[in-house]
Amino acid sequence: MRNRTKTQEYLTAFVMLLPYILSFCVFFAYPLVKAFMISFQNFSFLGDAPPKFVGLANYKEALTNKMFLDSILNTLYYSVLVVPTQLIIALILAVIVNDKVKFKEFFRTTYYLPTVTSPVAVSIIFLFLYKTDGLVNQILSHIGITPRNWFNEPSFVMPAIVSVAVWGSVGFYMVTFLSGLSTIPDQLYEAAEVEGAGEFIKLIKITIPLLKPMIFFNTVVSFISTLQMFDLSYIIGGSDGGPMGKAMTMVVMIYRTAFKEFNMGVASAMAFVVFGIIFVLTLIQRKFFGEEMSY
Amino acid sequence: MWMKENTYGIGVKIVLYTICILWALITLVPYLIAVITSLKPVEDVTKFSVDFGKLSFSSYKYITTEFPFMRWLFNSFVVAVAVTAGNLLFNSMAAYALARLSFPFKKVVFYIIIGTMMIPGQVLLIPIYLILNKLGWIDSYKGLIIPWLVSAFYIFFMRQYFLTIPKDLEEAALIDGLSRFGIFFKIFLPLSLPALATQAIFIFVGNWNSFMWPSIIASSEELYTLPVGLNSFYGQYYQFWNQVLAGAILLSLPTIIVFVAFQKYFVRGIVTTGLKE
Repeated sequence: MRNRTKTQEYLTAFVMLLPYILSFCVFFAYPLVKAFMISFQNFSFLGDAPPKFVGLANYKEALTNKMFLDSILNTLYYSVLVVPTQLIIALILAVIVNDKVKFKEFFRTTYYLPTVTSPVAVSIIFLFLYKTDGLVNQILSHIGITPRNWFNEPSFVMPAIVSVAVWGSVGFYMVTFLSGLSTIPDQLYEAAEVEGAGEFIKLIKITIPLLKPMIFFNTVVSFISTLQMFDLSYIIGGSDGGPMGKAMTMVVMIYRTAFKEFNMGVASAMAFVVFGIIFVLTLIQRKFFGEEMSY
Repeated sequence: MWMKENTYGIGVKIVLYTICILWALITLVPYLIAVITSLKPVEDVTKFSVDFGKLSFSSYKYITTEFPFMRWLFNSFVVAVAVTAGNLLFNSMAAYALARLSFPFKKVVFYIIIGTMMIPGQVLLIPIYLILNKLGWIDSYKGLIIPWLVSAFYIFFMRQYFLTIPKDLEEAALIDGLSRFGIFFKIFLPLSLPALATQAIFIFVGNWNSFMWPSIIASSEELYTLPVGLNSFYGQYYQFWNQVLAGAILLSLPTIIVFVAFQKYFVRGIVTTGLKE
């Protein structure tokens, strides 16, 4: 009797896990092994030639490809601009709309809207706004700034994309900061007020230190997601990476190599290089913020 | 809470409200301009001023009748609804097994689920494409839907939620002779509606907005989802900004409506449980 119920429970668990197990095998485990193999093969999707083992040739080709190396630099440049900008704005907004203003529900809702808006729609709206004769330039020309096509000049395309990315994702980080703020007990602020601490002191001495785990968590999430940026760069810059390739990101480069040039072997090698970069940078961040923050 | 609002000086208040209103304007003005421009005739699109007499829905009518926008909208709905339904069922099933059943290698399975979340998706893109190609699922609904029916993150999420449901409830039901599946469907799912709603909304919105995968899988125009269709439309008709922006509004509206209707699950939902009121 006892054994039968146990077997029954195992069987139930297996049935309940079956969709996950199937999906894991077909869309995760096997592809991961396969991707690793392809990265060592001469694997062109076009043509009938069977894949051939080529050792590290794909990695060598990836790491000597100027466009790929540039895409790594472009992506890091993008991350370094986006991560602090969006987290600082998100933190400021979160602290304010947590309890300091009226209509906070309205502000929260408004700030979150871009995060539910399709990146394709967002890109297209900003392609319109940032045109040479677009409305942003019309406003800027009033304060003496020469109109330019922000997405079409090598030195401006990435900063312009950064502004779109920040606009699009501040709301998400604001909400996670709000959840962090809600865990800080009121008594701490009350005690500080009794001792005569002002708003700024409370922010520096209570809010930010207690929010440190959340700040770390958001930094990691934001950093990883910026390293994997695809949509904005591809829609705004195309598969050539915009003016002089300055909008080319690592993932657009993988996409281009795999699905435009059908060079699956080199693209897989690039994907593992990107994986390695993300992995190493995440480890460094963890060290930087201290082990006790490990989420 | 009671003492806060009045303790600020007027100067601090002005600064706080200025920041709030400024960011609200930064957020809302692009939408507003997009909506107004989509209603303008094409010759007026770069004009700052608005001639209210000339505004009309003609560009919406044009793109939805002369171009397959309705078809793309339909495809997006079919794919997003199917993916959402699959995730709600399959993630919850796996989560129930992990939260409540005992079986061999349970810990291993749990750590695998956590581990899969750390692998960036681009690594798997190419082999998954090759698998779907072998199965003949490229350029089909299957290819758009089936790889996304399960999500490790939401299995983890649902497991955490199920752990909070009291064990007594389940034991009572077992004694009453309800099967494990009965418990799952009749007790756990109904008790988890807030978590299921949160999951549904995030998965629907995420899938609705996804661009890279459908642009790889959907190669024929009839199978484009709306983001892919709009991007290709923009590529050809970029000078017709009223129509392009009408398409962008059409693409944005469903998720904005879902968000505004269910926002408590977004802003005050699971991420902010326990938020002070």
